[in-house]
Amino acid sequence: MIEARGLTKRYGSTVAVDRLSFDVRAGQVTGFLGPNGSGKSTTMRMIMGIDRPNGGSVMIEGRRYHDLPWPLREVGGLLESKAVHPGRSAFNHLWALAQTNAIPAGRVHEVLELVGLAAVTRKRAGKFSLGMTQRLGIAAALLGDPGVLLFDEPINGLDPEGILWVRTLLKRLASEGRAVFVSSHLMSEMALTADHLVVIGRGKLIADQPVADFLAQSSRASVRLRTPRPEPLTVALLEAGGSVDNEPDGSLVVNALSAAAIGDLAAALGIALHELAPKAASLEEAFMELTQDSVEFRAEGSDTTMPPTTGEFPT
Amino acid sequence: MTVAVTPARRVLPAGHYRFSGALRSEWTKLRTVRSTLWCLVATVVLGIGIGILATSSQASNWRHAGFIDKALFDPTSISLTGLLFGQLAMGVLGGLTMSAEYGSGSIRATFAAIPRRPVVLAAKAVVFGVMALVVTEAVSFTAFFVGQSILSGSTPTATLSQHEVLRAVIGGGLFLTVLGLVALGLAAIIRHTAGTITTFVGILLILPLVVSAFPARIGHPIGRYLPATIGSAMTSTTSEGAHDQFLPAFPFWHGFVILCAYAVGTLVIGGVLMVRRDP
Repeated sequence: MIEARGLTKRYGSTVAVDRLSFDVRAGQVTGFLGPNGSGKSTTMRMIMGIDRPNGGSVMIEGRRYHDLPWPLREVGGLLESKAVHPGRSAFNHLWALAQTNAIPAGRVHEVLELVGLAAVTRKRAGKFSLGMTQRLGIAAALLGDPGVLLFDEPINGLDPEGILWVRTLLKRLASEGRAVFVSSHLMSEMALTADHLVVIGRGKLIADQPVADFLAQSSRASVRLRTPRPEPLTVALLEAGGSVDNEPDGSLVVNALSAAAIGDLAAALGIALHELAPKAASLEEAFMELTQDSVEFRAEGSDTTMPPTTGEFPT
Repeated sequence: MTVAVTPARRVLPAGHYRFSGALRSEWTKLRTVRSTLWCLVATVVLGIGIGILATSSQASNWRHAGFIDKALFDPTSISLTGLLFGQLAMGVLGGLTMSAEYGSGSIRATFAAIPRRPVVLAAKAVVFGVMALVVTEAVSFTAFFVGQSILSGSTPTATLSQHEVLRAVIGGGLFLTVLGLVALGLAAIIRHTAGTITTFVGILLILPLVVSAFPARIGHPIGRYLPATIGSAMTSTTSEGAHDQFLPAFPFWHGFVILCAYAVGTLVIGGVLMVRRDP
């Protein structure tokens, strides 16, 4: 379990991470969501004792990172995938790390097998593709079989098969009782992988809640459709409570109705659909939504887990 | 209360990570990159090769040498000439031992594995230092023996049974090793390979030129403290230093202590900065 309390990082006059407090619990995947430059990587580096916070603290299983007796056996991190000497082989890179924490060589082979690099253990890391480098970084994180895992943008550079593999891996690691903390700037990715979300914008906490709750709040999830008979369908959709936008390319974007409801409605009217594509709210849209919500909640004086965040977001 | 998923309690070994683990790790890092091999090959080739060239030319020119040259001739120092070229290769290797980790970003993984950063620096210094000492002493002794066999018959020669000779031959290896540690310390401060090597070359080769441009009254007292001056004094049998302009050079142990102070100084500053700065 990771407990961040009032974590703050300043670079000169810029506040990169601003009094961030959250928990990452064991047995679930906690997504760490925020646009690029919002302070996710800085936060992860502070958790791993690499960057020193200007304020606040972060504890891992009740200890400061610096006081962990076997850091790699307790925390594994994929922070930057390219953090490998290009001339060193995959095996030797991991072996050098393993030796610091008295991890046996057998475990190095095990994790290389696990991430699918068993065939290239002697190949120089500089010759690796982006995806292979990413897998090597994941292998390094898993080296000490740790109970706490941090992954900074793990799907960067992976092909679709690799992305699916990472999703499965993250869920499995969590199901084994580990605390898994994964950052991403992709809302859609987090919706598929995470159980819980910590959302930040400009270094500040925006939300700390289960994924289901977060998604439910972002009502801007919409559906794109094409039909040869847009007029009667638009009328029907409006009657059913949806809102309809005409796009320049001739498609319609419907809000507030599910794809299933739209499909059923069209079928009932005998109107053909040529396309029906649910479009998840983008992170930016969800952010906008969330900002408005927090302002509304505040205006109503109701209790909310979200702190006031007016005027803090990029538009 | 039962929870669906209970955190599996991992069994950790007793104790905590140790310096010995850091040493093993650093040795693995040092021996698994090609730059290490190239730098060592360069040290060997320059150290022995240039010694061969220098002694050969002395042997063939001896008949034409003036009596002052003959009086000042130091067969030990001339056979160790190559070591002063090997210092560049050793400096590059010492610097790379530290700066390569900053260049690739692997320093973060290293610090995550060993959060007490001075342990990392100390382990690098020990591993590099031991390897450098073994190699440079071997080069120094080889260069000496090869050189003396080239000189024999043409010029006076030296043997290790003479105390100053043995000291100078051992001094060649000590000088290169400690100089490599200075470069390692510089790399911990500068954190860039190119910047480290430029600084190192500047101190070693450019600074003596600058200092020699000063009037002797000012230049010589400063020049005695330059690593190059100390090195040439350490590899000669006379405390004057065979062919150096900054006189009088420090005696062997005096110079060696100053050189060690440079290494300790850069390493300590590097270590303090390493703790203070985010990598």
